[in-house]
Amino acid sequence: MPTENVTQLPPHALSEDQASELRSWLRPSATFPRPVIAEIQRAAATGIYDIRGWGAKRAIPTFDDLVFLGASMSRYPLEGYRERCDTRVTLGTRYASKPLELDIPITIAGMSFGALSGPAKEALGRGASVAGTSTTTGDGGMTPEEREHSKLLVYQLLPSRYGMNPDDLRRADAIEVVVGQGAKPGGGGMLLGQKISDRVAQMRDLPKGIDQRSACRHPDWTGPDDLEIKIGELREITNWEKPIFIKVGASRPFYDTTLAVKAGADVVVVDGMQGGTAATQDVFIEHVGIPTLPAVREAVAALQELDMHRKVQLIVSGGIRSGADVAKALALGADAVSIGSAALIAMGDNSPEREAEYNALGTSAGYYDDWHEGRDPSGISTQDDTLAARFDPAIGGRRLANYLRVLTLEAQTLARACGKSHVHNLEPEDLAALTIEAAAMAGVPLAGTGWIPGKTPL
Amino acid sequence: MHAPSEGALKQTAAEATEIDLRHQSVRNLNLALHAHNGTNAPARYEVTHPRGLHNLAVGLDAPIAVNIDGAVGYYCAGMNKSAEVTVLGNAGPGVAENMMSGRVVIKGDASQYAGATGHGGLLLIEGNASARCGISMKGIDIVVRGNVGHMSAFMAQSGRLVVCGDVGDALGDSLYEARIYVRGRVASLGADCIEKAMRPEHIQELTELLAAAGITEYAVTEFRRYGSARTLYNFNVDNVDAY
Repeated sequence: MPTENVTQLPPHALSEDQASELRSWLRPSATFPRPVIAEIQRAAATGIYDIRGWGAKRAIPTFDDLVFLGASMSRYPLEGYRERCDTRVTLGTRYASKPLELDIPITIAGMSFGALSGPAKEALGRGASVAGTSTTTGDGGMTPEEREHSKLLVYQLLPSRYGMNPDDLRRADAIEVVVGQGAKPGGGGMLLGQKISDRVAQMRDLPKGIDQRSACRHPDWTGPDDLEIKIGELREITNWEKPIFIKVGASRPFYDTTLAVKAGADVVVVDGMQGGTAATQDVFIEHVGIPTLPAVREAVAALQELDMHRKVQLIVSGGIRSGADVAKALALGADAVSIGSAALIAMGDNSPEREAEYNALGTSAGYYDDWHEGRDPSGISTQDDTLAARFDPAIGGRRLANYLRVLTLEAQTLARACGKSHVHNLEPEDLAALTIEAAAMAGVPLAGTGWIPGKTPL
Repeated sequence: MHAPSEGALKQTAAEATEIDLRHQSVRNLNLALHAHNGTNAPARYEVTHPRGLHNLAVGLDAPIAVNIDGAVGYYCAGMNKSAEVTVLGNAGPGVAENMMSGRVVIKGDASQYAGATGHGGLLLIEGNASARCGISMKGIDIVVRGNVGHMSAFMAQSGRLVVCGDVGDALGDSLYEARIYVRGRVASLGADCIEKAMRPEHIQELTELLAAAGITEYAVTEFRRYGSARTLYNFNVDNVDAY
């Protein structure tokens, strides 16, 4: 901006009152709102795309657009505090000799040591173990701390293969072959130099402080025919004990689920576009992939067509926040859900208690998404020892366990209202949609009508 | 899961156990080999009639010797630890993938991704290797007596790749700290891979690698060294044309 001396303004300049009056009438552009203008200015100043954490922020159809049809004249509800509503789930019944037995249908999604601090990984293990569910490793390998604190641990096989080794495969309770993730289907991992500490560098066999961009494709297989053989190798190495998951980012979930079943998966994990990431280009997060809501239905349709629904289990993730989200995902046919971002928030990420520090970073509690920068005031998404030391894994674990308990109680509340003695007995017939979009995507009728766009006549 | 029946495991000369894959399943072969995992006693196996089967001798974790008499399919000797696996034939994709230690020898040619993501040990390919040999290697040593295909040592992080013959396009693309020695012609170098001087420590290192591989017909002075220019380690907008 050119700096001009006020005294040089022409004599017909507005009075302060007139200028103030005009400013009160400023009209924002719907096409160029202030965040868009700020992004153009940021791009022009730096010459590089915006990288951030978290998932898609834009408004999209979600589980909020569905409601449950509680029991009424024709349906019989269950007593809230007296009649049992079971939540147990078994993952890996197809081939694994030791399936994963979970007390609740909510698992912790893969988040790496590297993206998260050691104490944060420990807290995930503590909280999940108390709640009777599993945690998942991430791009960077398995740390002894997370193995120790996670009763059930899913070990990811990612394109980078950082830290991959057969001992950890045998130590794992399940193996997840990561093809993609909802925040960036078709993209590889990122961990910027600020977070490549000595230990992270050593675990990943990389030079310290580099901007690490992991591969987006697996190094030793291409396509589902190869993957079938690869899964065969993993089963041979682990003597057919472990459930093997295939995780895909939601882009073509019908076909991806079909191919995952064909490739021999015990469990398919479908991650919608709201799914979080530690570091990805904003343009990727916001513009690649489809929402979780339609992804569930497509994946379930694929399993049903193959007569594999409930035989190959389906885990759905991406923007799960509440017991309502859990119950709706299950009603649409998922066997379980995974949470990531919500777990971090439960443990203390974006806490208002740190507002002053968030402000100092140019952000505010509730908005902080620069997880890639390693300066997280909550000590969660950092490799800075001083910041990480602020986070107490025992307290973080307890908060996560509390949150998982609430999700479970909420899902049970909704299931009982629909008369279900197990959360898996929820079904699409228990749902109605509040918007035409959600009705079409979820394949349930628009409330007040029998209309499912694309399926039934108006 | 059944252990191989006693009659199926025929003891041959030098106390090698023979497993004939016409009569035994891959599952039974791997189970028999895994029975040694975590032990230190040497043992020898002769595996016959492999007929290109996949996932043979994967996940071994003991100082045992396994000879496979013929061609193998995908991922032979995958994630090997400590064992010495010899294939008397050609190997399919991903041989010795993610190897941790030990020694894997392919007497014939190897398909794509040989030694992919390997963390340690020695992979010796007596014939040629195909594309992406040593992709994403993390400490493994790979010695190829013949040629290797394109994109070899792609994103290789650490370890050494020695090629006695020629190399295809884009050698060492996006290389990290792995070191590459080539005796023949290099079709082209990938992004951020450059030729580097053979200093005394590299002469020494290559001498040891050739000796370990039993290669005596070539002099270390015939090789050139390639490594990372390290210009892409941190993102710089001025480097976008490199990709």
